Amino acid sequence: MTNYLIRRVGQSALLLVLVTAIAFGLMRLAPGGPESVYALSPTMRAEDLARIRASFGLDQPLHIQYVKWATGMLTGDWGRSYRDSRPVRDVILDRVPATLELTITALAFAIVVGVTIGVLGALRPNSASDYLATIGAMVALSIPTFWFGLMVIFIFAEKLDWIPSGGRETLGAGFSLSDRLHHLVAPALVLGLVLVATWSRYTRATMLETIGQDYVRTARAKGVAERHVVWSHAFRNALGPLLTLAGIQLPFLFGGALVTESVFTWPGMGRLFVDSLGYRDYPVLMGVLVVTAILVIASNLLADFLVAFVDPRIRMR
Amino acid sequence: MIRHHDDLVRSVREVREGRLSRRAFLASAVAAGFALPMAEAFLSRSAAAASAASLALQGEPQKGGQVIVGLSQEPTVFNPLKSTLEVDRGVQFGVFDSLWRIDQDAVLIPNLATEIPSVENGGISEDGLTYTFKLRDDAKWHDGQPFTAADVVFSHNTIVNPDFVAGTTIGHDQVTEISAPDDRTVTMSLKEPYAPFLTVWADTYIVPEHILKDVEDLNTAEFNSTAPVGTGPFTFAERVAGDHITLQANPNYHGPGPYLDTVIFKYVPDLTVLFTQFKTGEVDVTGIQGITADNVAEAKTLPDKVLHGDPTSFVEFIYMNFGKPVFQDKAVREALYAAMDKDNIINTVYYGVHTPTESYLSTKSWAYNPDLAKQVFDIEAAKKILDDAGWAPGADGIREKDGVKLSFSNSTTAGNKVREQAQQYLQQTWKEAGVDMQINNMPAAVIWGDYYNKSEYDSVMIGFAHPPDPDGTSRFHSDYIPVNGGGGQNTMQYKNPDLDKLWDEGVVELDQNKRAEIYKEAQQILRDDLAYLPIFQYVMVEGTKAGLENYKQNAFVVSNMWNVFEWYWSQGG
Repeated sequence: MTNYLIRRVGQSALLLVLVTAIAFGLMRLAPGGPESVYALSPTMRAEDLARIRASFGLDQPLHIQYVKWATGMLTGDWGRSYRDSRPVRDVILDRVPATLELTITALAFAIVVGVTIGVLGALRPNSASDYLATIGAMVALSIPTFWFGLMVIFIFAEKLDWIPSGGRETLGAGFSLSDRLHHLVAPALVLGLVLVATWSRYTRATMLETIGQDYVRTARAKGVAERHVVWSHAFRNALGPLLTLAGIQLPFLFGGALVTESVFTWPGMGRLFVDSLGYRDYPVLMGVLVVTAILVIASNLLADFLVAFVDPRIRMR
Repeated sequence: MIRHHDDLVRSVREVREGRLSRRAFLASAVAAGFALPMAEAFLSRSAAAASAASLALQGEPQKGGQVIVGLSQEPTVFNPLKSTLEVDRGVQFGVFDSLWRIDQDAVLIPNLATEIPSVENGGISEDGLTYTFKLRDDAKWHDGQPFTAADVVFSHNTIVNPDFVAGTTIGHDQVTEISAPDDRTVTMSLKEPYAPFLTVWADTYIVPEHILKDVEDLNTAEFNSTAPVGTGPFTFAERVAGDHITLQANPNYHGPGPYLDTVIFKYVPDLTVLFTQFKTGEVDVTGIQGITADNVAEAKTLPDKVLHGDPTSFVEFIYMNFGKPVFQDKAVREALYAAMDKDNIINTVYYGVHTPTESYLSTKSWAYNPDLAKQVFDIEAAKKILDDAGWAPGADGIREKDGVKLSFSNSTTAGNKVREQAQQYLQQTWKEAGVDMQINNMPAAVIWGDYYNKSEYDSVMIGFAHPPDPDGTSRFHSDYIPVNGGGGQNTMQYKNPDLDKLWDEGVVELDQNKRAEIYKEAQQILRDDLAYLPIFQYVMVEGTKAGLENYKQNAFVVSNMWNVFEWYWSQGG
């Protein structure tokens, strides 16, 4: 068990180094650079642009830049943002609360609604409600979030005036919980809807599989109450794949949602990434990437352990 | 001399402010062809309006309230010496002051200085080499420290400090010596006379020496991003990254203003959503890109909204790279220009919002030349020019001459839908004339990087805002070609000795009337030689919520937040 842990962690560390090196290289190989936002400024001359490049250290060879960046990371120095020259760690930490607020709400909504729909569908496969849920899920998965978000804003904010058309709070009004919730509803539901579809499809599939197992039939034959059969016998055994799904989606909790955050002007991690990409803010991009990579690797590890824990058939060597 | 309506308006202002005598105004208005009664009427009508306005001022505009400005880009750098981008300038206009402001008529208005230096008042020496600035004594930094001449000297020295990445050093690099003989006076010596010097200082915002002098690295100071301290009408309250920035009224401001309690800059990255938020009242002002052309018609129908639509100093061009042989033939440039369907582009793609132009200067500039020949769209003429110049159609319909095909690429920012449509119109009409233009667009960070700055392009579609001073040295002088190591912005690699001479003359001439003549001639040369193909002058349509007073579009600054100190909500606004 300990050996297994050490081996997995060692592999993960190596993976991390590879991922960052490749990302670093790819980012710089892509043409363009952070000085381009200044190029059209009427008072900007070529020598000013060269000065800006040099101040970012972009005039040095790529491998030297990487080594500098990597040694910085190891000593806890994530570098500074090109955009506002603040430490990258602060820039990223700033976005965590807004990101979690949105993604946890969306994911909680998706799990509750998605699992319920999935279980119901599995209990009555091919019924009218199951077909409806299937079609609904397909539609939700196919609608572009961008368009859907704009439609929600158009109908519920502009025409009906039920919700604000974006942002996290009413500016200048001070903190109020109801105001925060009012702003949260639309982006969380738009983001959650796609997740509902994913969760309901997964739940339905794994439940269908477990519900046909011998032990479920045995439980029923013993006269166990149907509710108990569904949740304790069938659902518990269907949890494995769902935990893996949760593991896959955990990094998303921190990574935020690129499109939803842009449409609803939500100041989260997704928007930070999009903005930084447009600006070629390499230190911030690398920072976000490292955090995400660590989360992906760690959550995969965690999911593996959890699955083993709930499923006695899997034992680690 | 009054020759145009704009001149008239400017002169009326001067009379009002006591800088031009009533008699001199009438004389020059009559000379310009206005009947005397008409000229008088102008003055009295405007005088009435002016006195009403000053009454409103004396009756104290209503104080209080907040304004939410919606921005499609996020302001991130608040040190005014570091970033000169329009998005950052908006916030800087609230927090900082310059020695004088440049208003919507290009008139300099004293702010931290008590007067505008001139040869007459002794602020500028006869030879144009020495400047003396007189400063006001009642201005204070937001932390209560007094503003002094040392701050002005420090700001200048910071700009020219090689370790500091200044947004621009233009103008300041002309100074050989600067000193503060006392707290209220700054004197400077220049290498050679430099006419745009005062407008350079109009856009130089003063930073506090007592806060910044001990900072280890000015490039990464807290001051730049989280804690700017200025003398301006508003103090910096907070920044929530990716969301908004809040400014609070500075109660100790040396005045006039501010009248608003709070100004909030809200970052709304999507322009469609920004317009929606303007409609629903979640933002009061549509900043920076304003209202996009496709939404202008709808915006006009909105109740409780005011639209502002003045020409800006932004001009849309086709820049051709003179490093590519095909563009060195003047006949090609003439034919391309003749085969450009400006009306169709403006009316179809830009909903008729913008106005055609022939110059690199805004029609609002005092050096604008209104007599440049108007472009006429005529494909047959274009064909004839090319035929006469020996560009004969090849087998595929594309013209060629001496083995060179009349074929090139045009690039602009990928994702800019309207520009992409405009390119397609050009491609079509140029094709009819036997010219092959391929569209090769790239993301902003790519095209405006080395591709543009190192002259790697064939041609680009580009919007460029000229600074308030008409001097075009950095853009068009042959010594300012970046790829030749010249610094500057002449990425077109355009070379014209006659023009170079004019730029050199204009920048050392201090008499504005003589300078105007020089730059009019320069515009004429640029137009005749077609150094670039001008398409149109941008008209910036911006919206404000009804009741917000004193919002003034100003083509001479990058951000219309320039006079936020005098904004206020009218009664019932």
